[in-house]
Amino acid sequence: MAYNFKEVARKPERFTGGHRMCAGCGAPVVIRQILRALKPEDHAVISAATGCLEVSTFLYPYSAWKDSFIHSAFENAAATISGAEAAYNGMRRRGKLDQEGETKFIAFGGDGGTYDIGIQALSGAMERGHDMVYVCYDNGAYMNTGIQRSSATPMFADTTTSPVGRESQGKNQRKKDLTEIMVNHHIPYVAQTAAIGNLKDLYEKAEKAIYTKGPAFLNVLAPCPRGWRYEASDLMQINKLAVDTCFWPLYEVVEGKYTVNYKPKNKLPVVEFLKAQGRFRHLFKKGNEELLDMIQKEVDRRWERLLSLEASN
Amino acid sequence: MAIRERLSGNEAVAYAMKQINPDVVAAFPITPSTEIPQYFSAYVANGEVNTEFIPVESEHSAMSACIGAQAAGGRAMTATSANGLALMWEMLYIASGARLPIVMACVNRALSGPINIHNDHSDSMGARDSGWIQLYSESSQEAYDNMLMAHRIAEHPDVLLPVMVCQDGFITSHAIENIELLEDEKVKEFVGEYKPAHYLLNKENPIAIGPLDHFTHYFEHKRQQAEAMRNAKKVILEVADEFYKLTGRKYGYFEEYKTDDAEVCIVVLNSTAGTAKFVVDKMREEGKKVGLVKPRVFRPFPAPEIAGALARFKAVAVMDKADSFNAAGGPLFTEITSAVLAHGATGPKFINYIYGLGGRDVKADDIEFIYNKLLEIAAPGKVDSIYNYIGVRE
Ligand SMILES: Cc1ncc(C[n+]2csc(CCOP(=O)(O)OP(=O)(O)O)c2C)c(N)n1
Repeated sequence: MAYNFKEVARKPERFTGGHRMCAGCGAPVVIRQILRALKPEDHAVISAATGCLEVSTFLYPYSAWKDSFIHSAFENAAATISGAEAAYNGMRRRGKLDQEGETKFIAFGGDGGTYDIGIQALSGAMERGHDMVYVCYDNGAYMNTGIQRSSATPMFADTTTSPVGRESQGKNQRKKDLTEIMVNHHIPYVAQTAAIGNLKDLYEKAEKAIYTKGPAFLNVLAPCPRGWRYEASDLMQINKLAVDTCFWPLYEVVEGKYTVNYKPKNKLPVVEFLKAQGRFRHLFKKGNEELLDMIQKEVDRRWERLLSLEASN
Repeated sequence: MAIRERLSGNEAVAYAMKQINPDVVAAFPITPSTEIPQYFSAYVANGEVNTEFIPVESEHSAMSACIGAQAAGGRAMTATSANGLALMWEMLYIASGARLPIVMACVNRALSGPINIHNDHSDSMGARDSGWIQLYSESSQEAYDNMLMAHRIAEHPDVLLPVMVCQDGFITSHAIENIELLEDEKVKEFVGEYKPAHYLLNKENPIAIGPLDHFTHYFEHKRQQAEAMRNAKKVILEVADEFYKLTGRKYGYFEEYKTDDAEVCIVVLNSTAGTAKFVVDKMREEGKKVGLVKPRVFRPFPAPEIAGALARFKAVAVMDKADSFNAAGGPLFTEITSAVLAHGATGPKFINYIYGLGGRDVKADDIEFIYNKLLEIAAPGKVDSIYNYIGVRE
């Protein structure tokens, strides 16, 4: 069925308002849209890693989650949900659960909880083949503890543990490509997406991820107004710039086959994305042109590589 | 009719798990508990159980998956030792804090470093304040029996706490002993079905577990958890009583061996109690009034009961197979002496011996030496050294 934003938006909310995520945060937009991809008759068990999302949506005695929800720790959202999924299989086989509809298993983690401390548990759960979706909402730093660098922080971003100083231009290392790492787990479905336009790409990928049997991984860009330093009202513009500059390509890999879902007609220079954010402000000082150039080269290299992967399917 | 068998401690525990047939087992190999997931995966492979076995990539994930599974509404079990238990440490607290009645077989092994695969109690003693009920076992029979009682204690609505069943690595886990097993049907009936009041997979009543819990509520939740541990004391005895009626095997908080007229006493956990019983018998023949107390339940700690039991001796040696590195005494010693003090027993003199670290053999002679030391103190002599080591080159 063709995607219709109005219809999708009219579905009952499974992630309610009243949570304490910041205005202008990308994560709640992403979470709400992903959960809209669940069929109304299906139940979900959701796990989340410690991080902004978890601590802002489930403060005792309030929960923003209409489905069943479990948080246990920072590095183990994947392992925790894998246990719940195993219990579901075990209990169903024994006839202990006779309920209408299916139960779906979704884990959410920030980039810290996913690229860094949680990569082992994620890799293990994906390799074991649980019928689950792992969603990384990538805001490019440990935001909950005050904007420390992660392996997902882009090169030269200013964070509180990769600060700009007399001897430093921010984070000195490149951003890890977790989506490719997940592709190399050879699981049925891997996709990279962002909340742009009418959120169609995000919705369709969430639906595929949730309803593909076996493990699926979604890497979703989730800008952070505090960490990236932009005005709350600019969220959707930032998302769009990330995609239009090919800093964050939208693509999916189904059974090893690459599809780049969006190829900007007019690929913008990455500076358009960078200059919208305070964390890159130092790059625009005189004498730092070379650093901007390095970033552009890295974006181009990765984009070309992605196109060639698609071409060689 | 009970079934007579010859099984190692690991086999006995795996056999109990087979009879319990939990919904989920998640485990990771580590000597000396490795055999348990091995045996169990063979049961799965042969269709002898219909459990979901999760061969996780670490013990941290083993406990995380058990948490997910138990919260989902299933019965979850695991087995580990030493570094595996240490890697679970964060999740042990989360399991008990979320009040999930997970059951674990802990096959005691020395903690690194340096790395050592042999038995001592540094692993489970390190987890003593993690909110888990801890049951200790002298033999494979006791490990088996404790496993069968564990779910009944853990899942009791007044308790809802995880249980760790400990036995000595290699000494018990790999030694083949005579054992009496219960018939599958009897185990099934005794252990019963797991029927949680609230669970994630209940679509009709979805729940949320693991909140951010501020100073407005955290303390109350911890207070409830502490109360559950107190409640466990009663439940442990009730379950033991039912188990006694079923099997004729009697269990309490601790076992007393030839203590009736004893003047001095050793307190020791797990397999070393077997050696100590042998020494007690020998010294009794020589007319020496020596006895033994072997704690079974370390968490909850039966403070007034153990203080009451020890009050009548002239001298007591507590033997610890773990050091606290506190320049004061091992974990069992400090618990026991503080219990005795708090409960007003002033009679006995107490000494502590750290023994057997990293699997160092403890011989009958060592235990006899300690009894003789106690008899000297009781003579009456004086205690010249409270915190001591035995069997180590100084
Ligand atoms: C084992 C452990 N180490 C550190 C922390 C502290 N901690 C909590 S959340 C967090 C950062 C979360 O970052 P990320 O996963 O990127 O999510 P975000 O907060 O950015 O949404 C850290 C370091 C923790 N809770 N547990």
